[in-house]
Amino acid sequence: MAESAVSTGLRAYVLIVGMWVRSTMAYRTSFLIMTLGNLLATGLDFVAIALMFTHIGQLGGFTLDEVAFLYGTTSVAFGLADLVLGTMGRLGQRVRDGTMDTLLVRPVPILAQVAADRFALRRLGRIIQGAVLLGWSLSRLDIDWTLDRVLLMPVMLLSGGAIFGALFVLGGAFQFWAKDASEVQNAFTFGGTTLLEYPPTVFGKELLRGVTFVIPLAFVNWLPALHILGRPDPLGLPARIGFAAPLVACGCCAVAGLAWRAGLRAYQSTGS
Amino acid sequence: MDDLIELDGVEKVFQVRRRAGLMRRERREVRAVDGISFRVPRGEMVGYIGPNGAGKSTTIKMLTGILVPSGGRLRVAGIDPSRERTRLARRIGVVFGQRTTLWWDLPLRDSYALVRRMYRIPDDRYRENLDRCVELLNLSELLDVPVRQLSLGQRMRGDIAAALLHDPEVLYLDEPTIGLDVVSKAKVRQFLRDVNAEQGTTVLLTTHDLTDIELLCKRVMVIDHGRLVYDGGLDGLHAVGESERTLVVDLEQELPPIEIPGSRTVRVEGPRQWLAFPATSSAAPIVAAVADGYPLVDLSVREPEIEDVIARMLHGGRGV
Ligand SMILES: Nc1ncnc2c1ncn2[C@@H]1O[C@H](COP(=O)(O)OP(=O)(O)OP(=O)(O)O)[C@@H](O)[C@H]1O
Ligand SMILES: [Mg+2]
Repeated sequence: MAESAVSTGLRAYVLIVGMWVRSTMAYRTSFLIMTLGNLLATGLDFVAIALMFTHIGQLGGFTLDEVAFLYGTTSVAFGLADLVLGTMGRLGQRVRDGTMDTLLVRPVPILAQVAADRFALRRLGRIIQGAVLLGWSLSRLDIDWTLDRVLLMPVMLLSGGAIFGALFVLGGAFQFWAKDASEVQNAFTFGGTTLLEYPPTVFGKELLRGVTFVIPLAFVNWLPALHILGRPDPLGLPARIGFAAPLVACGCCAVAGLAWRAGLRAYQSTGS
Repeated sequence: MDDLIELDGVEKVFQVRRRAGLMRRERREVRAVDGISFRVPRGEMVGYIGPNGAGKSTTIKMLTGILVPSGGRLRVAGIDPSRERTRLARRIGVVFGQRTTLWWDLPLRDSYALVRRMYRIPDDRYRENLDRCVELLNLSELLDVPVRQLSLGQRMRGDIAAALLHDPEVLYLDEPTIGLDVVSKAKVRQFLRDVNAEQGTTVLLTTHDLTDIELLCKRVMVIDHGRLVYDGGLDGLHAVGESERTLVVDLEQELPPIEIPGSRTVRVEGPRQWLAFPATSSAAPIVAAVADGYPLVDLSVREPEIEDVIARMLHGGRGV
């Protein structure tokens, strides 16, 4: 009886996702084209950065290979969150038109239902693109692979995904009050990725402090990556601060969870 | 003792913001439900009626856990809906006439399969319930049609089936017959009556069609401006409201107004005449008297409109 909300949520998530995947697979060619398009669209982004390097050689003291490393890790982390929770942006629509009602009468946590709604496997495109870039950069970088650096790699990617995921949920929760807030969410998530694709050294100290201590985007990849690349933190934080990423991710998830609960209780439905 | 639905002084206040002038926004409160108390024992089928904006849907949304009440106490099957929404969801079924709970892009069959797994319905129960619904609601030809392609009436039947697959103890129906044709209405009513009689499902039903109430509910509750203004039998409602039924009579030729004790002629149009008589009394003696004394071609009885009955009741006797 007292089964945890997490396990029912996960089970329902898998159930609904399975249904969407099956129904998109019915149109296989269109799925392939969409995934390819997604891959290309995100890939072009990096091409722009690479072109820049033909002129400048270094960016904020970072080489092209290092920037590719930052870019790849951001893409993978963001891609994970986007794959799992990407439809969160449509929540405001549901709140506005009251179709949230129909999710609320089912015996399944709302978050799972909203996240799984219209699950799109084509969003794998970004993860693939990120992974390819990451692999390319790793093959060219000369990293001193100590044990803690090896460990930090998966920790960084998963925590990064979780931090972005928490931002998605937080943005979703916000839409219960401000029904048109998906723009605000996009600013933090999509805006955040653009930021993290560049070396921290090209930004001002104020911004760096903001994304370290207020909205801890820096823990997605900057801080762990600095340690892996063997570079000092521009804010002078200790080298191993990157290992705090899982803790930061847990904190973000807790905050997002609370906001989500509050948002659900504030839901007013619609008059008709 | 075995009250499945319990409300004690339940309130719902909406905060709405309205434009007041060029830049200013004005905050205003709408008391949609204003202190409602009632109980529904297990197995009862209750009508919940009232004019537009009375607070019917809002009450149902609180009873399902969609909305958090602003005040009062609410229990369904002993559960506080907004605190334990998912636990309650397994035990209730909901149909919103205005909105489908099915998956827009999925065929009915797939929607039902998803419902089965979400509610973890045992296989044999699922088969049995689905077969029964498909048969009684004529769904067999619709099972492979995506929900978005169904007509309103087809979709409604699909929704009703979906709400019953998991053997809910309570069924909330918010305008389940809206937009249905006569045949579909009859089907749905018969089906609901069977479900209530055979499974003992407790049903709370809102509608603007008095015939639904007459055919389905012994007890009716009337709500107006968020307050319960009547709770009792339908007869009592007619008596309180002094509502009238109408006998429409077609005669062979134009005649002066018919005069029959116990009724009054309210309208004459050529050979057709309208006779009003109290809703609480039988039409038979009046029909007999008309047939006896006048050259009758055809006749029909019209039930009072639900809004008229309520209006009469609210305004004490002679209504609008
Ligand atoms: N989400 C909401 N936000 C603000 N006001 C609302 C909301 N939902 C309902 N109301 C208001 O609350 C009152 C009751 O609405 P409700 O939908 O419960 O009426 P109803 O009895 O179901 O009416 P109808 O017969 O038209 O369906 C109305 O005045 C409506 O404007
Ligand atoms: Mg309503």
